[in-house]
Amino acid sequence: MIEGFVALYIFMLAAFTGYEVISKVPVILHTPLMSGSNFIHGIVLVGTMVALGQSETGLQQLVGFVAVILAAGNAVGGYVVTERMLEMFKSSKGAK
Amino acid sequence: MSFIVNLAYFAAAILFIIGLKQMASPVTARRGIIWAGWGMVIATVVTFLHPQVIGFVNYLLIIAGIGIGGGLAWYTGKRVPMTDMPQMIALYNGMGGGAAAGIGIVALMGSYSMSWTIQFIAVAGVIIGSVAFSGSLIAFGKLQGLIKKSLRFDMQQKINLGVLGATVLLGIIIAFSGAEVNGTLLFLFVLLALAFGVLMTIPIGGADMPVVISLYNALTGLAVGLKGLVLDNAALMIAGIVVGAAGTLLTQLMAKAMNRPLTNVLFSSFGETPSGDQEEVSGSMKEIEASDAGVMMAFANKVIIVPGYGMAVAQAQHKIWELTQLLQERDVQVKFAIHPVAGRMPGHMNVLLAEAGVPYDVIYDLDEINNEFKTADVAVVIGANDVVNPVARSNPESPIYGMPILNADEAKNVIVIKRGKGAGFSGVENHLFYADNTRMLYGDGQKVAGQLISSIKEMG
Repeated sequence: MIEGFVALYIFMLAAFTGYEVISKVPVILHTPLMSGSNFIHGIVLVGTMVALGQSETGLQQLVGFVAVILAAGNAVGGYVVTERMLEMFKSSKGAK
Repeated sequence: MSFIVNLAYFAAAILFIIGLKQMASPVTARRGIIWAGWGMVIATVVTFLHPQVIGFVNYLLIIAGIGIGGGLAWYTGKRVPMTDMPQMIALYNGMGGGAAAGIGIVALMGSYSMSWTIQFIAVAGVIIGSVAFSGSLIAFGKLQGLIKKSLRFDMQQKINLGVLGATVLLGIIIAFSGAEVNGTLLFLFVLLALAFGVLMTIPIGGADMPVVISLYNALTGLAVGLKGLVLDNAALMIAGIVVGAAGTLLTQLMAKAMNRPLTNVLFSSFGETPSGDQEEVSGSMKEIEASDAGVMMAFANKVIIVPGYGMAVAQAQHKIWELTQLLQERDVQVKFAIHPVAGRMPGHMNVLLAEAGVPYDVIYDLDEINNEFKTADVAVVIGANDVVNPVARSNPESPIYGMPILNADEAKNVIVIKRGKGAGFSGVENHLFYADNTRMLYGDGQKVAGQLISSIKEMG
């Protein structure tokens, strides 16, 4: 069980990590990076799986099912779009 | 079992952070998304072993849900043209927000009791996730052209505040109602939160959408992080909060680039000032033929190209790169100047130019290139408007006053490629178009670029 101050510590360290990682990014990568971070919060998929997995009533299952669909869309869509964008940076480097 | 699951989540968190870090540099960016992708795969696969996942039907539903959602997203993500990327990001982001809200709703509907702090956090996550969901959908609709107008009405902000207040109030009641949450109340609460996201986004104009999408991205991250706490899931906590913090910083960077505090973007509307109090524009717009413009560029020493959203709409980036290569063969120095908020997302132009094959060492940021316009013979503005409007420097009355702009007007000659005579997204008249050294080249960006190419080719 992650509780109280341990959770706070995790939050604080994760927040600093996110802030540090982004702070040195060139403008050229802002869109792919926003897209990439959009993909990373697609981890919510794991959460929706657990939520659906422990649901008991039909209504819970319905909400959980919709949540899984949405989360899978976030993760997969985020990946595909980011990958396509970054693919182009490879080709632009080769052209140099 | 629980040990394997936790170990996998731990590995996923590391992969996400390393992936994000690698995405911050053009050289390693591609590797970054692949690392992060593996993190996601590991975390997802192992979750099937999670002790909290029970029941055959639930397993089936999970697999079906992943199949439907993932399949649709894969299909749309692969097919969408590059120019429509911003709204796709908004859409996928909204889905994530909706999913986070869904987790909270399922948890609140559950019969097991949570400590009041956790219940409170679940409620907060539902509000944030719902707002990110409906707000992102509106942003998607606006960028996709499904919603054309920015809806504004009297007392708008008071009504918005009222809706938010009611949402929070219901949320507090729910947070303190223990294990037995009233279903009707919960439904009403979610509905209000969704309504607030819509109300908050509809008055915001298209020019501000990049900032808004980035903000919702950060909000979704935060909502996911909070859900991690509710579900006692460290992977969600870490990934969510990392994105929340990174997204917040990115949002600030963007708002700063527009020289408008975030509160301004959200609570005052662009273009609200009537055109009446703008100073009269002196001079007239002077047209130029594509062939003349071609000659002008071909015999220049230095050309700076300023692309904007119009280039994206016209899909002109490939022709522009062809034009650039032709000019380079004639020993013309060509540079691209990218305004931080050109297009509908930060770096939107960079992505499009990269798609066309423009190497990133001829592409410059505002700070890097702004002093060079003085030495340029020709500045070519293609589909950009507000980001080169000198009014931002000169007229304190103007709604865009104070926004840093590209000083295209300082070049010896300015060629503006533009589809029609209208004002930009902000609705502000652009004084650059009336300047003595400016020539207007009307037409579709791609077509005009084609004409420029053939006129230069004819010169041999």
